[in-house]
Amino acid sequence: MNPVLKLLLEGGSLTTAQMASVAGLSVADVEQHLEQLKKDKILLGWRPVLDLSREAAAGAAVRAVIEVKVTPERGGGFNRFAERIARFDEVESCYLMSGGYDLLVFVKGPSLQKVASFVSEKLSTIEGVLSTSTHFMLRCYKEQGYLLDGGDAPTTRLNVAP
Amino acid sequence: MNPPDFIARHVAALPKSGIRDFFELVAKLKGQDVISLGVGEPDFVTPWHIREAAIFALEKGKTYYTSNLGLIELRRAVSDYVGKHFGISYRPEDQVIITVGVSEALDLACRAFINPGDKVMFHQPCYVSYSPSVVLAHGHAIAVPTYAKDNFALTAEALRAAWQPGARMLMLNLPCNPTGGTCTREQLEKIAEFAREKDLLVLTDEIYSELTFDGTHTSIASLPGMAERTIFLHGFSKAFAMTGWRIGYACGPAPLIDAMMKVHQYSMLCASIIAQEAALEALLRGWDDVLRMREQYHRRRDLIVRRFNEIGLKCHSPRGSFYAFPDVTATGLSEKDFATNLLTSQKVAVVPGIAFGENGKGHVRACFATSYEQLIVACDRIERFVQKK
Ligand SMILES: Cc1ncc(COP(=O)(O)O)c(C=O)c1O
Repeated sequence: MNPVLKLLLEGGSLTTAQMASVAGLSVADVEQHLEQLKKDKILLGWRPVLDLSREAAAGAAVRAVIEVKVTPERGGGFNRFAERIARFDEVESCYLMSGGYDLLVFVKGPSLQKVASFVSEKLSTIEGVLSTSTHFMLRCYKEQGYLLDGGDAPTTRLNVAP
Repeated sequence: MNPPDFIARHVAALPKSGIRDFFELVAKLKGQDVISLGVGEPDFVTPWHIREAAIFALEKGKTYYTSNLGLIELRRAVSDYVGKHFGISYRPEDQVIITVGVSEALDLACRAFINPGDKVMFHQPCYVSYSPSVVLAHGHAIAVPTYAKDNFALTAEALRAAWQPGARMLMLNLPCNPTGGTCTREQLEKIAEFAREKDLLVLTDEIYSELTFDGTHTSIASLPGMAERTIFLHGFSKAFAMTGWRIGYACGPAPLIDAMMKVHQYSMLCASIIAQEAALEALLRGWDDVLRMREQYHRRRDLIVRRFNEIGLKCHSPRGSFYAFPDVTATGLSEKDFATNLLTSQKVAVVPGIAFGENGKGHVRACFATSYEQLIVACDRIERFVQKK
């Protein structure tokens, strides 16, 4: 496996220079690996993981998950719907699901009204959409692997031990 | 009466661990930006599912003593685990005892098997408790040197050279704290042959065995004719990141485990039931965590060994454990001065090799169970220190 991809998958946030040091590569090598990952469309981009309940980060703080049922089309299946829905700026993530509904759509908006009108005016009016069920998120406890209460207390490991 | 006169002579004569002195020194720098490579434990917290199993046990009211040997479910899991990973088969009913860490198992073995004056061989540099455990059981400890030129593997030749009449026991720790040294199967076979020839009981502390990075780990207990003269010690502290739980085990021939059980029964009674429940979860569902942590240690090892050699501190690549043991003589400093000056001038703590016995001279122990970021900075600081020298 690409050594840089391995480090990325560990989920830390090493700088390019640190990755070089850990993997025993030059900085230029690491950059080239990153370029390659982008070219291969494996690495899509970088985003910070924020606690959106904090004032400073709360720019567009209303988030919802929407379960969408659609009638699959002959030929296109679910893909055409999913790709179309995914293109809206409000949509952060969009997945095809097994089970009681077809698409699970994560949306974000500046206010409850904005998200609600996106659902009623854009999403549910797409031809073939049978129903939507919108769940607003009330509180976040863990965001993409990070615990919001900080998780474990600072380490109490002794500095010197046998 | 002068209070110190109450202290038993063999305890009064026992030196305090060299680690202790260094600990005090580091403690003085509290509040400063010290990066410690002086630890002997994982930086990972115990995986959550293991912690959660302990919480669940408490919720269910598991707050009682267990049988002296430990929970039978845990002994069964230990037996399966040791069978699968080490290829040795022990009966959970009478060949496994759950202890308060390998530390207690070591003490039990010394007290159960050493008569006053018996000689016990162990390789050195080694874990700080070995020689004291023997001395506290009124035994006589014989250090067998291991050398940097052999990557600190124990050789049968060194054993033969150090052997004395009256030797009854041989203590092994492979991979080794502090050197990371291990033995190949061939080397182990020679050691086993020596043990059989001299009729020695072998005490093998394999606490770092899961953290073997190159090749596979072989236990001396799995070699032909060895299980009957070997006590296998293992625990959860290192591979499962469970140091604070104080839980480990010993496996061996039933009469020997029974003898250890007698001492355990009258001293410790049993290991904490909460720790036993957590250990059971670790064995049943913790292997992926072990692999995940091992992969990181592996990468960190490669990083620190490469950096030490770049810096000019000759360092063999430890096949196992999470310790690097570089030679610092090229700096012209003793290991003690190296460690002390490095600490005061660059705020990096390493442990002088002499803390692990005479044969650790000229080396320091640097534990790489710490984050990539910290390791990188620590190595840069060590480089600055060596260049200024
Ligand atoms: C070689 C060796 N044996 C035993 C121990 C103690 O292990 P436990 O935590 O299981 O008592 C250590 C801990 O540093 C060690 O390095």
